[in-house]
Amino acid sequence: MDTSVENGMVTRSDLPLRVINSTPEAISKAKKRAKRSFRQIRTENVFKKTLMLMGLIMVILVLGILLTLIVQSLPSVKALGPKYLWSKVWDPVQDIYGAWPFLLGTLLSSFLALFISIPFSIAIAIFLGEYHPKGWLPNFLKNTVELIAAVPSVIYGFWGLAVLVPIVRSFESAIGVDPIGVGIFSSSLILAVMIIPYAASLGRSMINMVPSHLKEAAYGLGATRWEVIRSVVLPYTKSGLFAGILLSLGRALGETMAVTMVIGNTSLIPKNIFAPGNTMASVIANEFTEADKPVYLSALIELGLVLFLVTVVINLIGKKIIDRFTNE
Amino acid sequence: MESTIIKSRNFNASFGSNHVVRNVNIDIPRNHVIAVMGPSGCGKTTYLRCINRMHELIPGATCSGEMKLNDENIYEMHPIFVRLKIGMVFQRPNPFPNLSIYDNVIAGYKLNGIKLPKAERDRIVEHSLTRVALWNEVKDSLNKKGSFLSGGQQQRLCIARAVAMEPEVLLFDEPTSALDPISTSTVEELFHELKVNYTLIIVTHNMQQAARVSDKTAFFFMGELVEYDETKTMFTNPKDNRTQNYITGRFS
Repeated sequence: MDTSVENGMVTRSDLPLRVINSTPEAISKAKKRAKRSFRQIRTENVFKKTLMLMGLIMVILVLGILLTLIVQSLPSVKALGPKYLWSKVWDPVQDIYGAWPFLLGTLLSSFLALFISIPFSIAIAIFLGEYHPKGWLPNFLKNTVELIAAVPSVIYGFWGLAVLVPIVRSFESAIGVDPIGVGIFSSSLILAVMIIPYAASLGRSMINMVPSHLKEAAYGLGATRWEVIRSVVLPYTKSGLFAGILLSLGRALGETMAVTMVIGNTSLIPKNIFAPGNTMASVIANEFTEADKPVYLSALIELGLVLFLVTVVINLIGKKIIDRFTNE
Repeated sequence: MESTIIKSRNFNASFGSNHVVRNVNIDIPRNHVIAVMGPSGCGKTTYLRCINRMHELIPGATCSGEMKLNDENIYEMHPIFVRLKIGMVFQRPNPFPNLSIYDNVIAGYKLNGIKLPKAERDRIVEHSLTRVALWNEVKDSLNKKGSFLSGGQQQRLCIARAVAMEPEVLLFDEPTSALDPISTSTVEELFHELKVNYTLIIVTHNMQQAARVSDKTAFFFMGELVEYDETKTMFTNPKDNRTQNYITGRFS
C-alpha cells in the first residue's frame, strides 16, 4: 500500500492516498476520497461482524441442543448406568429401560438400506458424472434424483404402508417367513430410496472432478469407457464415493417419520430382518408424548443423545474424507 | 525410398459449428520426426488428436475426410485399435497418480486386460524405461508412485508408457511446454532415438524446437495446412508468405 503523499498533506497514513500537487482543490478532493474510504471500511467491518454473528448463533444453537440432551438425560444416566446401552429389555411399565433393541434396529435398518442403495447411487453417479454429463435426459434424471431428497418423509411412510408393505408381505409369504409386511426390511427399502440422492449427487460431483488429462492418458492407451471408469475414475474417486455413502448413512440413522410408519414399532429384539422392530428415532417419536415418569422421559432423551452422537461421528468422518479428497 | 504411414486427404474437423481443421492433405513418412507448428488456435492440436481419434471424445466434435494408417482407413477401424497403434503423449505429464512407476509403464496392458507373465512384464518395463533414458534413474524405485518424479521424469515415464505398447506412430502434443529447459533437451534427444522404431508427430509452438528435432515440418495457420516440407527448406526458404512471416516472428 502506498502511503506517501507528495507535496501535500497526509490525512491518514494507512490510506492509499497520493496527492500530486498541493492546490486547494486537489487537497479537498483527497479529503473527500479519504472520507469515502473510511466509510467503505466501516461498512465492510459491520458486514463482516454481522456474518460472524450469524455463524456464531448457529454454533451456539447446536451446542445448546447437545447441552440440553446431556442435562436432560442425566437422571437416566444416573439411575441406569452404562448398561442401559446393552440391556435387552425396554419395559417402561416395570421401569426397565434397555436401549439395545433400538440400537440394533437402527443399525440393522440403516446398514441394510445402505447396502440396497449403494448400487443405485454409484450407478447414477457414474452415469451422470462420466457417461452423460450434459443433455436433457441426464438433466431430467439429475433433477428427479434430487427431488427424491425433497419429498417429505411422511409421504414416503404413507407410500410404504400403501404400496411397499403389501408387496413385502407377499414376498415374505413366498419365501416362508411370517407375512407381517411391516418391519426392518420394509423400512430399509424406504430408507434406501430416501438416501440415494445424497451419495449419488456427491459421487457425481466427485466424478466430475477427475482431471480430464488422466482420463485422456487412459484413452490414449486404448482403454474403453468402462476400463477408464474402472482403472482411473473409480480409484481416483473412491474416497469421495465412500464419503457420500457415509453421509447417506448419517441420514438413514436419523430418519424418523417414514421408518416409524413401516417398521412395526415393537420393543422386542428383531429375530430376523423381516421381523418388526424399532429404531431410536422412532421410539422417541412414538413414546415421547406418553412418557409419564421422569426416568422414562430421561431414558428417551438419552436415546436421543446416543443417536445424536452416532450421527455426528459419522458425519465428521464423512466430511474429513471429503476434505482430504478435495485438497489432494 | 520413403513409405507413407499416415495419409490424410481433404481432412476436416470441427467443434460444433466451429470449423478448426480445413481440408488438410498430408503424407507422413515412416520413421521420421514430423513437427507440426503454428500459432495458437490454428488447429494443430485438433489435427493431431484426430489421428488417433481422441478428438471424437469431446462432445460435439466431428470430423470428415480421409485419414489412413498404412492404407487402412482409421475411421473404419475400432478406435481402441487405432489408439493402440498410435500412441500419444500429452502436454502435461499425466502418469496415473495411484500407480507405481512399474505399473504406469505397463498400464496400457493392464487397462486392456492383457495378462502377461511376470518375466515378460519386467522385460517390457525395463526395455521401455531404457528407451526413454529413465531406467538408470528409477530402477531402484520402481514401486514408488509415479507422481514423485520430477516433471521431466514424469514426461519420460509417459513416453515409456506409450512406447511399452509398441505402437507404430507416437503423437506428442506440445510435450515439453510444461518442462524446464534441461528436461526439454533430454526429451528432444529422445526423439532422435525413437524415430528408429517409430514415426513421431510432434505438435509444438516452439519454432526452435521444430527446427532442432524434426525432419519435416508442417505449418498450420487458421485451420489450413499452409506449407509442408523438409524442415531445412522450410526454415531457410519458405514458399508461402505466411510461413515466412511466422518464422521471422512477424506474428505469433
